Amino acid sequence: MKLEMKDTPGQLVAALKPISSVGGNIIAVIHQRDPSSTAETLDVQIVLELPEGRLERLLELLREQGVDVVRLGEERLLHQSSLILIGHLMHTDLSDTVDRIDKTGFAEVTEISLVMPAIDQPSSARITVRSVNLDDMKEAIAILRSVAQQKDILMIEPLEEI
Amino acid sequence: MRIAILGFGSVGRGIARAILQKDLGITVTGLADSKSGLIDPDGIDIEAALARKQETGALGDPAVRPIDVVRDAEYDVLVEVTPTDAVTGEPALTHIRTAIELGRHIVTSNKGPIAVAYADLAAAAEKRGVCLKYEATVCGAIPLIHGIGEGLAGNSVSRLYGIFNGTCNFILTRMSEEGLTYEQALLEARELGYAEADPTYDVKGIDAAIKLVILANTVFQRQSTLQDVDITGIDQLTPEALRLAEEQECTIRLIGEIAPAENILRVSPRILQKSHPLVVEGTLNAVTVETDMAGEITLIGKGAGSIETASAVIGDLIFIRDRYVKGT
Repeated sequence: MKLEMKDTPGQLVAALKPISSVGGNIIAVIHQRDPSSTAETLDVQIVLELPEGRLERLLELLREQGVDVVRLGEERLLHQSSLILIGHLMHTDLSDTVDRIDKTGFAEVTEISLVMPAIDQPSSARITVRSVNLDDMKEAIAILRSVAQQKDILMIEPLEEI
Repeated sequence: MRIAILGFGSVGRGIARAILQKDLGITVTGLADSKSGLIDPDGIDIEAALARKQETGALGDPAVRPIDVVRDAEYDVLVEVTPTDAVTGEPALTHIRTAIELGRHIVTSNKGPIAVAYADLAAAAEKRGVCLKYEATVCGAIPLIHGIGEGLAGNSVSRLYGIFNGTCNFILTRMSEEGLTYEQALLEARELGYAEADPTYDVKGIDAAIKLVILANTVFQRQSTLQDVDITGIDQLTPEALRLAEEQECTIRLIGEIAPAENILRVSPRILQKSHPLVVEGTLNAVTVETDMAGEITLIGKGAGSIETASAVIGDLIFIRDRYVKGT
């Protein structure tokens, strides 16, 4: 998100404090002062992770601190699940398998580790899926489950979110 | 209290030995295996029967069949521990039905009849005013059914999941620890006597599924059969899959899961964090019960073995002795 605040001492800390108080995690703060600027306000960009449903409360707290939120960026994919696939993954078109998740728009495959022991043996892969929320994750896993069934791939799901 | 024991394999003999060794106030008046039987209203000499079985393979009179013991012996509780037939439940089902009709209490370790006909048997037992106990059918020594029914009484159980098959758990533990292939780990399980010559029931997840059916029908009052369980075994697992899990501080275990609200009745290999309470080693079983008042309860213990199964049977017998038979 991009914030605008008064260019006075202590303002940055005041802007960052509400983030931790709603359980957020600050990933990056980009804060570049333009010496030629005569404006009395300062622009700061913050990249952060927030638990689901806390954004409204954060915006409220920032307003109370006198900080304006100029722009809210895209939501990142916060839920993550790792699954293991066993079978003839390449011969059954792995990129199509991945694509079925990616094209949903609400979830994507962010990592694949593949082991192929021999040409005639089944390969094993760990794939990491990320999604915006838990319901999307459940749906993404359901899609993957049906793809695995079609392609005769054994899919091992996590018992809990990993 | 007088009991009749049907089945004199490792479980039946384990029960007989426990009765010999402990002062439980239990007399055995009927005893049978598939080859022979004994009936004695004054009490059978268990030690002699154990010795005869060991020497000759038969424990008594070849003319006395198990059903004769059910009909003719004088007993309060029938202990049915004959081998399981998961499809028909027979011949145990007939033994149990007959004993209930005769007004006798039942204790069994036999999964078949409970998985196939629990609702019928429970209704018949209630009508006849007798008790039907089957703790030993699920997770051997772990007091799971008693724990849920008595210890967690008043709670509503929303989900139940865990490790129900020690053979699979042993194989997965060895694959994970030593990087063995599935075939190597299975061979080791056979050599140690954990896996049968035909391991299909265990490794295809069928044994775990039968236990889930029992729990679904008894704890959640469902009308499930084996066909309703979504079953995936462990026989397709690769050492690479376990290694990939390991890279994330995780491992793979065969998990049985019942979640009635989501219509889940499933046995499948699952990825668990290594620190998860259900990640138990070797042949252990472990079950987590999710409840409204008590929260999550996890029980861990030995799921098989003659003494361990006898422990569950004896527990059921003493329950009946104290509540139903005392003083008679």
